[in-house]
Amino acid sequence: MVDTPAGPVPRARVTIGARDVLGRWSMRWGMGRNRYRVAPGLYAVGDPDQLSGILVTANYKMTFDALRRELTGLNVWILVLDTRGVNVWCAAGKGTFGTEEVVRRVKAAMLEEVVSHRRLILPQLGGPGVSAHQVTKGCGFQVVYGPVHARDIKAFLAAGMRATPRMRQVLFPLRERLALAPVELVGLFKPAGWLSLVLFLLAGIGPGFFSIGAAWHRGLAAAEVLAGGILGGAVLTPVLLPWLPGRAFSAKGALAGGILAVCSAALYRDALGAFHALALLLALPVISSFVAMNFTGATPFTSPSGVEKEMRQALPVQAALTALAGIFWVGGAFLR
Amino acid sequence: MEGFRYLDGVASLRFSEAACTGCGMCEQVCPHRVFAVARGKARILDKDLCMECGSCATNCPAGAISVRPGVGCATAIMKGWLSGSEEKT
Repeated sequence: MVDTPAGPVPRARVTIGARDVLGRWSMRWGMGRNRYRVAPGLYAVGDPDQLSGILVTANYKMTFDALRRELTGLNVWILVLDTRGVNVWCAAGKGTFGTEEVVRRVKAAMLEEVVSHRRLILPQLGGPGVSAHQVTKGCGFQVVYGPVHARDIKAFLAAGMRATPRMRQVLFPLRERLALAPVELVGLFKPAGWLSLVLFLLAGIGPGFFSIGAAWHRGLAAAEVLAGGILGGAVLTPVLLPWLPGRAFSAKGALAGGILAVCSAALYRDALGAFHALALLLALPVISSFVAMNFTGATPFTSPSGVEKEMRQALPVQAALTALAGIFWVGGAFLR
Repeated sequence: MEGFRYLDGVASLRFSEAACTGCGMCEQVCPHRVFAVARGKARILDKDLCMECGSCATNCPAGAISVRPGVGCATAIMKGWLSGSEEKT
């Protein structure tokens, strides 16, 4: 605890322990994301005083960890907003990392008594939710937008709170695209499970009305196509994003899925009839295309206007091709 | 890898040069370098890079910028269609 004119303030450590690393991995795999929070309010880093800077952040623990680990050797305050355990950018989009919450927390922490200056450093990506001039109106504190990434904070502070253009730009490198793959896959697991069940039931339909053997055999093949499509849309497309031609995610996904489909068709060419081969070559790219389209929500550069336009064009095509693939697949059972 | 671009000609971003005071907030908050300020006025450098996050409009004290903000997420838009609302999560 650190004593301040406004009472004792807990001290946050700048070291990351094994439990924090384990927690981050759990989050990356989508486990317990709704409960990974820190208590909102004021924290001290090092030995801050009246002149020390105030860094504002969200109460998602992964966010809080990403910030505090970059603060070794600094004496600063951290003001944690209650964003209901959501990261800065997403919370700003929803307004929970917002003007009102900043004003409320500044008052609740009695910052006017803790520091002598009147300045808050906000992460740049808090901008969609926070109106800097309204915060000043609401609590008298001026908002300075810091860099996008916590890793640039030291350089930002050292330069007299100036961010270089590079610190202000959001990129989407391979490392970030890959980090999203596990949680995308986990999120798709449940709907894919239900869809597989339907596929197994459909797979049994054939000349002999319904065959358990066919349901198992053909159902498994269909589930594999589904898994291949998900792999294409949720892993291959994000990884190959800059190199897949076109702008629309549905097109990029279809291409990634197309590559997988051609490879599988070649691999199983002896086992597949013409109809089944056609079904595979249609279904896998379509699934990949749909899954890739849903990846737009995880990227930092797609606009809602653009996604809506893309979906209005892609969804009818995806639906038609799915129906066609279904006809070939079910038809293939009768024409062997 | 730099320079991702999404669809052209769709962004709802509008900017009024007359209202602009050249304070530079838009240039600071934009994550995609859409704005640049020179000689007391902001200017849109590349509108097609806009992802409609709304940060510039929210932080423009002169009210010179408007954008229909939201999250570019297919899942959210589909949920919106299904629930019949314009609300984007």
